[in-house]
Amino acid sequence: MFGKLTLEAVPYHEPIVMVTLAMVALGGLALIAAITYFRKWNYLWTEWLTSVDHKRIGVMYIVVALVMLIRGFADAMMMRSQLALATNGALGYLPPDHYDQIFTAHGVIMIIFMAMPFMFGLMNIIVPLQIGARDVAFPFLNSLSFWLLVAAVVLMNLSLGVGEFARTGWVAYPPLSGLEYSPGVGVDYYIWALQISGIGTTLTAVNFLVTVLKMRAPTMKLMEMPIFTWTCTWANVLVVTSFPILTAALGLLTLDRYLDFHFFTSDGGGNAMMYINLFWAWGHPEVYILILPAFGIFSEVISTFTGKRLFGYKSMIYASGVIAFLGFIVWLHHFFTMGSGANVNAFFGIATMVISVPTGVKLFNWLFTIYRGRLHFTSPVLWTLGFMVTFTIGGMTGVLMAVPGADFVLHNSLFLIAHFHNTIIGGAVFGYLAGFTFWFPKVFGFKLNEKWGKASFWFWQIGFYFAFVPLYILGFLGMTRRLNHTDNPDWTPWLYVACIGAVLILFGILCQFIQVFVSVRDRKKLVDESGDPWNAHTLEWATSSPPPFYNFATTPVVHDIDAFTDMKEKGIAYDRPAKYAPIHMPRNTSAGLIIGAFATVGGFAAIWHIWWLAIVSLVGIIAAFLVRAYDNDVDYYVQPAEIERLESAHLAKLAKA
Amino acid sequence: MTSHVIQSHVAHAAAHGHDHEHEHHDSGGSTVFGFWLYLMTDCILFASVFATYAVLFMNTAGGVSGRDIFELDFVLVETFALLLSSITYGFAMIAAHKGNKGGATRWLLATFLLGAVFISMEVYEFHHLVAAGHGPSSSAFLSAFFALVGMHGLHVAAGMLWMIVMIVEVNRRGLAPRTMTRLTCLSLFWHFLDIVWICVFTVVYLMGAL
Repeated sequence: MFGKLTLEAVPYHEPIVMVTLAMVALGGLALIAAITYFRKWNYLWTEWLTSVDHKRIGVMYIVVALVMLIRGFADAMMMRSQLALATNGALGYLPPDHYDQIFTAHGVIMIIFMAMPFMFGLMNIIVPLQIGARDVAFPFLNSLSFWLLVAAVVLMNLSLGVGEFARTGWVAYPPLSGLEYSPGVGVDYYIWALQISGIGTTLTAVNFLVTVLKMRAPTMKLMEMPIFTWTCTWANVLVVTSFPILTAALGLLTLDRYLDFHFFTSDGGGNAMMYINLFWAWGHPEVYILILPAFGIFSEVISTFTGKRLFGYKSMIYASGVIAFLGFIVWLHHFFTMGSGANVNAFFGIATMVISVPTGVKLFNWLFTIYRGRLHFTSPVLWTLGFMVTFTIGGMTGVLMAVPGADFVLHNSLFLIAHFHNTIIGGAVFGYLAGFTFWFPKVFGFKLNEKWGKASFWFWQIGFYFAFVPLYILGFLGMTRRLNHTDNPDWTPWLYVACIGAVLILFGILCQFIQVFVSVRDRKKLVDESGDPWNAHTLEWATSSPPPFYNFATTPVVHDIDAFTDMKEKGIAYDRPAKYAPIHMPRNTSAGLIIGAFATVGGFAAIWHIWWLAIVSLVGIIAAFLVRAYDNDVDYYVQPAEIERLESAHLAKLAKA
Repeated sequence: MTSHVIQSHVAHAAAHGHDHEHEHHDSGGSTVFGFWLYLMTDCILFASVFATYAVLFMNTAGGVSGRDIFELDFVLVETFALLLSSITYGFAMIAAHKGNKGGATRWLLATFLLGAVFISMEVYEFHHLVAAGHGPSSSAFLSAFFALVGMHGLHVAAGMLWMIVMIVEVNRRGLAPRTMTRLTCLSLFWHFLDIVWICVFTVVYLMGAL
């Protein structure tokens, strides 16, 4: 009846897990009680959960990302504190089987459930606004993608209290992740969480590619699209080309584990390296999927806060394209030690090094944009400057590791860990945080508190160096990744320093939450009536903050790369059109949420081999999809009178501001 | 945020009723383009499994190889059933474009039947192999064979399910623009599966039987 699921699946004997679960349960109950008390269920359901508005979905993505940031960071704190305690022969407080789950969960969460939703959240909110569109091409599909992500997040977190998570590292290499060496449900949680979220990701990318190519304001040429939209587009090209490879790799691993196939097993002619190749043929493009939109954010921030047009707009686009292409032909540098021979390694090593050329182009473009500009040192700019220094160091250690000979020594050492945190934190995360502060007033109508924002930056920035420079050194000292405890007195001081760094980053994260809290409290003081608080260049600032649900009352007419600057210079930015036409809009739907719920149950059933429930869920998904497909009431028109009313209110505010 | 706006707005739209049909908007082009992009992701999915097959097909673990088990005559019939179904789907689209509901339905049914012939033959082949002791657990080669051919088969089965839905839709709602868009998407899907099968037939069966 319940497959492999028994009451023993709940880890009663693990106090850390049980305390965490109790806290999550209490927090959840408090949240539910609060929503009930304030009678917000109806509001939550009609305005948010069933919304197909790209801005609302974007906000929900970022909320998920921030929640998962807390969990992923808690994992990081546990690892750093364990390693600081478990030195000189001490065993620390995390037994190996729990510790192994933590480092696996940390990697999966930070990449798949923190960075990706953060990136997609910003993309959802901003890209349609930047291209003068009313919504994405397929609003229901957008909602569905989000709810598939939520399904995966729920599965990921269920593994904490029901069963276990994978102990394989976030890459889940076979044969370790095969049935023989991982007989529990941990790897199955990993597989289904990644598979379900991966499908959502692929659908999102398809959606946004169609949006960008078909839904732009008709007067906007491709080479006039804002740079953030362009970098997101390149990222989406990478998603549609690389995520199916992950789907395939996980699918084949599933067959190995569920139906006794022999793709990656040690016996029966299987070849584990095939999985590793497939995994990184997705995994390497994935890191560019994360970083390219961040590059776009930095470009927007720098050009806005210098008050200048971005230097080298076209070269930025081409450089992004080259990075996207090269990102696809370097996957083998993740395993030079496979033994594919000198020539193959040389090809992949050189291809990897070549990526620094277009990246360098970008860096110089940012520098030349600043040159002779009047840079305002706001917190988004601080994140950008911090990125330019930090990411450059991470890039250079990457080039160092691209030398196959050096990689043979540094492979799987903490040097590697320091390198990719250097690029992902110093690149992607700093970028998203810059974007968060930069676009926050657009989404909510008030700015974030600058004092706490800057405090957050400095804690993150200094904490980053304290946390990861020691890891570079430890890598040179020979410490490998994924160790549970150590017994080398030379390593001990560096492990202490790294732990202090993690605490500093913790302060940075706390400052951020305080920043949001303080800003919400002082929202009247921080309010932005103009819709354009930074005197920015692109179309998202041409509408009110927050934008009306239809984004633009009339489709913007674009004559320039910096379309909104152009409008402001011509004095037509806030002109009232002679007449408003009805606007066609999609209606909210709960279908995405329902399908997501079935996917959660189906994934859970598959993990625990509860086959009848898995079949019920699949039928449920198909049925819900068909009901949606034959719903004729999916859209409506906003009438001119209503547009007139909303726009007049906005223009009146503008006149005051 | 703008909750009051949307609420008033929902009430407003409800008051006006749904006098605007979905078909008034030219979203069909975007849908077909989006579906085409999805097919390209599907194509990469197949490419990944093809690559895996190419890496593993010689790893027979001392068991049978393609030459021992493939019956080309049988697969040729199977292949022609699928190729023919592409033609019949083409006829269905021609009839649909002419507004001929009956013709479209009949050709869709013919396509469905040919798809059913293909799937039945594939299931028979799989059953035959498993019964002879050459199931997917026997070797990496057989794992890759069953996964690649089976994944294509699942796609065809999904296409057939979709076809039933479309037959019902055509008969109930006629050939409205939305139905035509969906028929076009299914058409792309079906022809795409045909192309994939040509690759399977060539790479797996023909080259394997050499």
